[in-house]
Amino acid sequence: MKAGTNLEKILESGKFAVTAEAGPPKGTSAAVIQRKAEMLRHCCDAVNITDNQTAIVRMSSLAGCVIARQAGVEPVMQMVVRDRNRLALQADILGAIALGVGNFLCLSGDHQKFGNHPQAKGVFDIDSIQLIQMMKQMRDEKKFLNGDEISGDVPMYIGAAANPFADPFEYRVKRLAKKVKAGVDFIQTQAVYDVPRFARYMKMACDMGLDKKVHVLAGVIPIRSLGMARYMRDYVSGVTVPDEIITRLEKAEKAKEEGVKIILDIIEQLKEIPGVHGIHIMAVGWEDIVQEMVEKAGLMPRPVL
Amino acid sequence: MKTITEQKPIEEIMQYVDKCRWVHIIGCGTCATLCHTGGKSEVMELQRQLEAAGKKVSGWMVIPTACDELTADALREEAEAIDKADCIVAMTCAIGVQNIAIHMKDVKPVYPGLNTMFIGIEDRPGHFTEVCLQCASCVLGRTACVCPLVRCAKSLLNGPCGGSSGGRCEISPDVPCAWQIIYDRLVATGRLDEMEAIEPVKDWSVSVSGGPRMVDVDAECGIVRPKAEPEAAATKG
Ligand code: SF4
Ligand code: SF4
Repeated sequence: MKAGTNLEKILESGKFAVTAEAGPPKGTSAAVIQRKAEMLRHCCDAVNITDNQTAIVRMSSLAGCVIARQAGVEPVMQMVVRDRNRLALQADILGAIALGVGNFLCLSGDHQKFGNHPQAKGVFDIDSIQLIQMMKQMRDEKKFLNGDEISGDVPMYIGAAANPFADPFEYRVKRLAKKVKAGVDFIQTQAVYDVPRFARYMKMACDMGLDKKVHVLAGVIPIRSLGMARYMRDYVSGVTVPDEIITRLEKAEKAKEEGVKIILDIIEQLKEIPGVHGIHIMAVGWEDIVQEMVEKAGLMPRPVL
Repeated sequence: MKTITEQKPIEEIMQYVDKCRWVHIIGCGTCATLCHTGGKSEVMELQRQLEAAGKKVSGWMVIPTACDELTADALREEAEAIDKADCIVAMTCAIGVQNIAIHMKDVKPVYPGLNTMFIGIEDRPGHFTEVCLQCASCVLGRTACVCPLVRCAKSLLNGPCGGSSGGRCEISPDVPCAWQIIYDRLVATGRLDEMEAIEPVKDWSVSVSGGPRMVDVDAECGIVRPKAEPEAAATKG
């Protein structure tokens, strides 16, 4: 075991994992995270705590992880390289481990231009692949990036994101391979709506033997409304929503219910794709739907290991 | 190579010269002339605006290349008009501004009239793109001659982020994704396998984070060498 986290145990034992996401508040209330933790506690193996997601300032991911943990949820600490240099990243990793965080997710981060401080200086001292590599070195060699010794153990289960829907498509699996080479243990993908394209991506990954080296959790974003689906199709960079889904929502009497059905259909298909070892549900503010979805997808109760 | 500049808002310039009665204006005949920000006509336009605001202009000149050492001679030739002025407004790039300040005979305020934006190349007629931030450890040999530090909005060294879409960068449909260009060029030259290697973390100590960079150039053999030995610690990570 690298970190001995619940997520690691589930994935390493070959079980189908379920993770979700919870964003910390734009304020100081621990209750916001506690509430989300309560909603997600029984239906997920671990919950990602986002790190200034979409470049909007929120409570820190580290603090959010600690609160989630106290509320009985195993956190995955998201870390973007946009806001911290190599010193700050390493310092927060040490602190997070000391406070009981075991899962980490390495990200570039959305560009600050999209957030609420567009005039900020983006740090980008190291990139997300170098962050994976640095974490692996910290864990396996107990060394900082500069080679200095770290005192104490550095248990970490290292994750990263992948977007099979970004361009250039042919390069996306190569990028995944690069993350594997850097030392990643698990991957959570961008939301999958275009299942055939995702299946092609996974086929390429399996052909390269990557499914043996990394656990891929397919991303899922529940659709709340027709407007949301259209918005994601038109404005969210790196997300593709096929017309077929838009048509289904247009025709439906209750778009919200249809949205859940669409996602359940997608999850059914995802389960069958070789190399997919779990799903990652990003409910973005609709956390109360997650338990129902996981239940209906036949993924409850969650295994206790 | 061109240093790309834009004119500062006139209000900012007026604030600088607020306490001065006499102003001398210096333009540059190279990059600032090309950018139409500090050539003869822009210098004369500023003169008009200053005079309209009640200032006196003791003289103006357009130095052929404000960033080079001949600036010292140009300032000497113009000494009389400069002596009369309470301050100088330099409509040159920031390098020219600093060069003028260094070579001034008397200590006298020198104010920038332009914002220095970037060093760019004219990649199509009339269009300039930033291409280098002078990082001192160039990776162009591994990125098909596209600088990932300035052309990629996140300065990524290991390939395109998840926001790259249809050849465009996530920050704007008007901005090409640097990594898509790099990818295409590597494919075209049969070098895609080079993108598999993990590019190590950057040594920023020799770049913008290491304090002012200085070198000695040996006049006889032309050797450029760093002023101080880099610290051992800096080379480890
Ligand atoms: S890698 Fe450095 S030296 Fe090379 S083009 Fe980019 S900034 Fe300039
Ligand atoms: S879209 Fe391309 S250029 Fe823009 S930040 Fe991502 S990799 Fe860099």
